[in-house]
Amino acid sequence: MRWLLVGLIVVCNGIGDLLNKTGMKRHGEVHELRPRAIPRLLKSLSRNLYVVGGIAALAVSFFALLSLLSIAPLSFAIPATASSYVAETILAKYVLGEQVTWQRWLGATVVACGVVLLAF
Amino acid sequence: MTPHSKELRRKTRLLSIVVIVSNVLGNFALSMGMKEVGATVSFAVLPYLRALLDPWVIAGVCLLALWLLSNLSLLSWADLSYALPVTSIAYVIAAILGRVFMGDEISWLRWTGIVLIVIGATIVGLTTPPRTTPEHEQDFVSGDER
Repeated sequence: MRWLLVGLIVVCNGIGDLLNKTGMKRHGEVHELRPRAIPRLLKSLSRNLYVVGGIAALAVSFFALLSLLSIAPLSFAIPATASSYVAETILAKYVLGEQVTWQRWLGATVVACGVVLLAF
Repeated sequence: MTPHSKELRRKTRLLSIVVIVSNVLGNFALSMGMKEVGATVSFAVLPYLRALLDPWVIAGVCLLALWLLSNLSLLSWADLSYALPVTSIAYVIAAILGRVFMGDEISWLRWTGIVLIVIGATIVGLTTPPRTTPEHEQDFVSGDER
């Protein structure tokens, strides 16, 4: 059950981040960061199907995490999701076409190793 | 460095902090709440709705909503392969908060993990620009509104 939830979390996180990034790329750069700009941003995001789908995927991942945290300690939950860092960097390069420099590969790998060690 | 790329870095740094802090506090509140609520693994909706009545869970959900919105804004200009490692600093802060407020033990292996995350996030944050994809280049024209 634990590992099923971990798989669900990693897959849904990847899909969610990918859809959100695609949706926000189409939306264009957010310039206004003040609180009063939030309603307009929400309105525009609610009509962005990529973002709506991305949030739905993240919601599934969120409820899976909620369930995982209620049956497993944080020290199991955190490292199990570490593979997301490398998997999503691969997706960023091949699906989103980002220029993943060696510094980014190194950074993502070092972070993933660090997250695994947090369990001990 | 052009004025715009400087502005972009400043904005990226500011929003990264909001993303990290809201994530840490949101997860912290949620974990406190779920401890109160008890084990919840179910395909039914009701147990989750009951969990959503807990004040800690409410606070956690609100903070994670802020996290979602700030993360989406960050992704509107920053690459996913940039934002992901940089915002992983949240793990480090969560571990340190756990030690300070909940008396969690941090073993030397865990400290090593913390140091590795800081190194990884720093490598990405300091040596690569927030965005590399060319589609955004037209934004440079209208970029400096303030």
